[in-house]
Amino acid sequence: MSDSSMTPSMRILGGRREWSRWRRDIPWLTPLLLAAPLLLYMAVFYAIPVVSMLLRSLNDPKWSLDHYAALPSDVVFLKVLWITLSTSFIVTLATLMLAYPVALALSRARSTAPLILIVVLLPFWTSVLVRTYAWMVLLGRHGMINEALMALGIIEQPLRLLNTTLATEIAMVHILLPYMILPIANALRQIDPSLALASSGLGATPWGTFRQVTFPLSMPGVAAGMLLVFVLALGFYITPAMVGGSRDITLSMLIAQEVDQLHWGYAATLSTLLLAVALGLVAIAQLLPGVGNTFRTSK
Amino acid sequence: MSAVRFVPSLIVALILLFLALPIVVVFVLSFSSAAYLTFPPPAFGFRWYKAYFGDSDWLDATWLSLWVAAAVVALSTTLGTLAAIGIVRLPRPIRIFTTALVLSPLVVPGIVIAIGVYYAFSRYGLVGSSMGIVLAHTCLAVPFVVTSVSASLAAIDPKLEHAALSLGATPGATLWQVTLPLIRPGVLVGALFAFITSFDEVIIALFLSGSGAVTLPRRMWDDLRFQLNPTIAAVSTLTIILTALLLAIAHLIRRRTEQLKNEKGDA
Repeated sequence: MSDSSMTPSMRILGGRREWSRWRRDIPWLTPLLLAAPLLLYMAVFYAIPVVSMLLRSLNDPKWSLDHYAALPSDVVFLKVLWITLSTSFIVTLATLMLAYPVALALSRARSTAPLILIVVLLPFWTSVLVRTYAWMVLLGRHGMINEALMALGIIEQPLRLLNTTLATEIAMVHILLPYMILPIANALRQIDPSLALASSGLGATPWGTFRQVTFPLSMPGVAAGMLLVFVLALGFYITPAMVGGSRDITLSMLIAQEVDQLHWGYAATLSTLLLAVALGLVAIAQLLPGVGNTFRTSK
Repeated sequence: MSAVRFVPSLIVALILLFLALPIVVVFVLSFSSAAYLTFPPPAFGFRWYKAYFGDSDWLDATWLSLWVAAAVVALSTTLGTLAAIGIVRLPRPIRIFTTALVLSPLVVPGIVIAIGVYYAFSRYGLVGSSMGIVLAHTCLAVPFVVTSVSASLAAIDPKLEHAALSLGATPGATLWQVTLPLIRPGVLVGALFAFITSFDEVIIALFLSGSGAVTLPRRMWDDLRFQLNPTIAAVSTLTIILTALLLAIAHLIRRRTEQLKNEKGDA
């Protein structure tokens, strides 16, 4: 059959046949077409904007590494970096200590587990702004904590709690706790209960069983939780800006300030650094055994 | 023995109190009759709810946030659901790359995304418009849709799709009549999470809202910088109730899906 004798409908059919041949030869063509709108969207409205902003660290005002070379002797940057890292570290450790007992209770309790889960999940999904506001109310000069301490006669004058480093740390621990509790509870739930039974059957005390069996086996969850909390803590902006002291400037706050003053080159350099550390830690987390998919289930 | 058990439970109870306390305090404070922040309130009333519902600035910000969140749900659920269906069938290297890109907003620091979109959107006049906020919030919401839908996809029986295809259904009809109905619970849960994500988002709103598109969290942020009156407690309580309702719906959807699955297993 020559081309000229084809009716329009036959041509469409021919096109369809060609299309099905394409689909047969390249089995992932249809899946790719399904994913394409989102990938295109994410590229245009997310990846390209962020990357083009980050490039300003290299090409503002001309192509060079000057912005990066200046960092090691930049006193403001070093101080802010130290505050950000030390706060994140303290918050991660405090979160771990508070999260482990709750995770243990969550993985063991039958009757109270739903209640514990509600208490953990409702703050998890409540906006960071609302939770930070709550801490402003609690820690304020005439806040609940000061009033309670004065009523009990422990202090005479209200303590300065709000706008301190401690306030930032308390509010951050509160906001980040669920991110630590959920991966640890997950790891604890996956431990075969017969192992603890065998341990106590062989004469170990409950504490000995916990220390030598349960705790080591929960380490993937602990590692995942710690990395996740640390990465999230590094990027905190709202909470330190609202309840922190005037000198507690985090990396995110410095970036926002520099953008306000249109210092794009400097802001982009700091952003690149923050992003590199965050993604580096997430990459390490993916390599740890049994940690990888914890990130996918978390908020 | 009972003392040994009592101490750990007491510690857990105290930590749970620490988690719940701020939300309880905001809730109680919103019903305060006092003109300033004081706890416990001297008397109770609806004064701050009246202040909220009588202030057109607060109401405008609320409507804008609801509208933006609804648009984000429509965009992110459509794009995310189609992509999730596609991504599971992609060959491994492409699948890993696309998954990493799609889920990355979960771990990229909020400030980096915010100033990135601010940098790019300001050139196209998208700062100070609700359109800009919708476009950026959708990127943050998509990971929740994709993870939720992927979990649903992993749970369905591939034989059902194969059966439809072998009985002559086109791939499009199979997707519309077999796959989508099966993953509907996952799509709905993803949509709810997308709504909450957008409704609560602050950092992007701080950079993109300008003076023309003030969302509710942006309005709260501005208010908190200058004063601490209990109107914010009333607004916070309303948003907490909205969030709790949406979470309860998500939970009911999940539980019903599992019940249906169990019934099928029994049959």
